[in-house]
Amino acid sequence: MSAKRMETVEVISQEEIASGIFSMWARTEKIAALAKAGQFVSVFCADGTRLLPRPISLCEIEGETGRIRLVYRIAGAGTEEFASLKAGDQAQMMGPLGNGFSPRPGRALLIGGGIGIPPMVGLGRELKRYNVPVVSVCGYRDERFLTRELRENGELYIATEDGSSGTKGTVLDAIRERQISGDVIYACGPTPMLRALKEYAAKINVPCYLSLEERMACGIGACLGCVCKSHETDEHSKVRNKRVCADGPVFLATEVEF
Amino acid sequence: MNTKVNLAGVELKNPVMTASGTFGSGMEYAEFVDLNKLGAVVTKGVANVPWEGNPTPRIAETYGGMLNAVGLQNPGVDTLIERDLPFLAKFDTKVIVNVCGHSADEYIEVAERLSDEEVDLLEINISCPNVRQGGIAFGQDPAAVEEITREIKRHAKQPVIMKLSPNVTDITEIAKAAEAGGADALSLINTLTGMKIDIHRRDFVLANKTGGLSGPAIKPIAVRMVYQTAKAVHIPIIGMGGIRNADDAVEFLLAGATAVAVGTANFRDPMATEKIAAGIEDYLAKYNFDDVNSLIGLVK
Repeated sequence: MSAKRMETVEVISQEEIASGIFSMWARTEKIAALAKAGQFVSVFCADGTRLLPRPISLCEIEGETGRIRLVYRIAGAGTEEFASLKAGDQAQMMGPLGNGFSPRPGRALLIGGGIGIPPMVGLGRELKRYNVPVVSVCGYRDERFLTRELRENGELYIATEDGSSGTKGTVLDAIRERQISGDVIYACGPTPMLRALKEYAAKINVPCYLSLEERMACGIGACLGCVCKSHETDEHSKVRNKRVCADGPVFLATEVEF
Repeated sequence: MNTKVNLAGVELKNPVMTASGTFGSGMEYAEFVDLNKLGAVVTKGVANVPWEGNPTPRIAETYGGMLNAVGLQNPGVDTLIERDLPFLAKFDTKVIVNVCGHSADEYIEVAERLSDEEVDLLEINISCPNVRQGGIAFGQDPAAVEEITREIKRHAKQPVIMKLSPNVTDITEIAKAAEAGGADALSLINTLTGMKIDIHRRDFVLANKTGGLSGPAIKPIAVRMVYQTAKAVHIPIIGMGGIRNADDAVEFLLAGATAVAVGTANFRDPMATEKIAAGIEDYLAKYNFDDVNSLIGLVK
């Protein structure tokens, strides 16, 4: 079990980087120093009628300065509240939560779809520190975001649903069209994309790590609200269920069924 | 100042415990809460064998509350005995194991497996709204409640708490039936059956369609039911339903609860239980009570 904390963090900046997509930098006491790519934080609403914390992935982590960056989509009243926070405002956060990505040797193929793109920024940076070559493939509906940060980590290929930039279609269409390959796949995005990648990785026989999403309550593995089906009986649950928050959110594609 | 309460012959250092299903077996929350500060830890419901629970989504937030349809996923009593009870034994707190089952035999099997373990009380879940067989099916018929309580009492070594459903016409009828069957205490309320529809997808939010509503939204109902039940039976009551701070806990004590359980509030603040235990002491000091027992059922 990794160390996690409940903290009052200070918002450093807040910016809308694409329609409905916000980027928040925050200063933490210890969360940044403890965190690694692929982990998430639970962000609590100030409005007490919204009881449950919102799990938001870490986009960038600066352990030395204690800063974290969250890039999130407005999905309802809770995330709308977060988007209204200004520099100097405070927020309650718990983290870092979950197990992040475990960097593996070999050319890394980072695949992000929509609001699953942000954790790929931090992961790419972490892999670069291990001198692992990074290629990113990102799928957007139309408007692009985080492309500058992603390019800093290595090559970036883009797919858009409307064909406004890059390959018209999905990330897999881009991978096929541009003949992109890697030794390890790391991915985060909508379930149909992850399903397609799981199948693709099995076919080309490449290890594939997927970051899953599920509605959560406690965020720390106690309530069993956010499980996914596992291929084998899980050591903790004794059934074929794994906890997305505590055992994930990153899983080897072959160990989960979704 | 005395904060100890007596629950069916078991002395709790204070009246604050965790509500089953929201706190695991305490292991995850021990990073945030000093379990030694709690009157008791109530474990997540455990059955004779592991249960897979319901499909996801299992969780939905509602205004001032939440719905869950976990469906009593649990690793089975053997794992509880091997892994969770030794962990809890390290703390100076009482251990209450919540027991679930599909039939009287399954409840009894768990109770018997626990008879020689370090468990202070058993809480029998006859009120889960999210499992079709067992669970709530037992909890809505007074005759069935009396019968199953009697059966379990015949085999259980520890005192037995029956956890009651609010999804009934008259909870006092069910409470009296449990008392007649020999229950040593009652827990109330379990969640209220609810539903949420996603108007954008035009579909149910929960895979199970319905789920159990908990959180501050249900507190007034829970306080009313504790008050009514306290007047109807002579056994102690553990009050729960939407408690998020010490003020809420005191309200339950005044309504007639001997102890309180904190559930959904743990999700909003993982330190909630410990804060509530401390806050009750502050309340006693503020109003010059020297014994928490003076609060129990004070409002007639």
